[in-house]
Amino acid sequence: MKHIVKILCILVAVAAFWIGLLQSAVVPRSQALLLPVYLIITLGCYGLLMVGIGLMRFPTCPQEAVLLQQDIIEAKDFLKQKGVDIGSD
Amino acid sequence: MWGVGIAPKRNIDFEVIVVDDGSPDGTQEIIKQLQQVYGDGRIILAARPKKLGLGTAYAHGLKHASGNFVVIMDADLSHHPKYLPSFIKKQMETGASIVTGTRYVSGGGVHGWNLLRKLTSRGANVLAHTILWPGVSDLTGSFRLYRKSVLENLISSCVSKGYVFQMEMIVRASRQGHHIEEVPITFVDRLYGSSKLGGSEIVEYLKGLVYLLFAT
Repeated sequence: MKHIVKILCILVAVAAFWIGLLQSAVVPRSQALLLPVYLIITLGCYGLLMVGIGLMRFPTCPQEAVLLQQDIIEAKDFLKQKGVDIGSD
Repeated sequence: MWGVGIAPKRNIDFEVIVVDDGSPDGTQEIIKQLQQVYGDGRIILAARPKKLGLGTAYAHGLKHASGNFVVIMDADLSHHPKYLPSFIKKQMETGASIVTGTRYVSGGGVHGWNLLRKLTSRGANVLAHTILWPGVSDLTGSFRLYRKSVLENLISSCVSKGYVFQMEMIVRASRQGHHIEEVPITFVDRLYGSSKLGGSEIVEYLKGLVYLLFAT
């Protein structure tokens, strides 16, 4: 099944649930009408929260840059010994 | 050529294939010298006359590959060969068809990105996870080990360009039900040349997301 179909199925199920709520009198009609707006706001908040958490916990590795420089020096020395001309930079 | 030094000690049979699109920095000359040192069965130059795109570069390199498994990595040292043993170990432990390197778990990481670059990356990732449910944490990384038959199949079915191509490969693989495992890697952003991420890349990324939403 194409992914878009899965997402549409979920949307249809949510819409059906919402229409069901509108038809029945479980919640007042005026509030039930606003539920999709709340849903969109909730999704937006979820997105912002996840981006925020991701930014706060973003894994960085400054030590790797140092190790890489050491490895480059080691490799250049090794290759020079083997007679490989790797330029002067 | 760190890998060339350690792999024989670990009894791993391998070859290094360098795909070069006529870069003017003398890459091909260095490769020929390395072939003198390590033998031309170990180091293979797959040259092309001009820049022809990422997907076809993979296909071109793959024609020269003789093994059952292929690791694709960038040759600008943003992908460090010291992680190769963990890819191989993970594949042997799990029998996975794809082992993908991820920067976004503990033990992994990125160096050299400013706040805006991190924000874009996180935003793009949350968006992709929310609408695509790809099942892997790092969609646009390209340091991955593939079973050769799976890679051949994926390359021929993927049509995107640039790093959307990486995302399309892993999303299609996930949809086809391939066993995908992850290992942490660190990513030191390009020492040589600058990493590009502008408005047009973001637009391409969003178009890629929509394409994958409908195509997979």
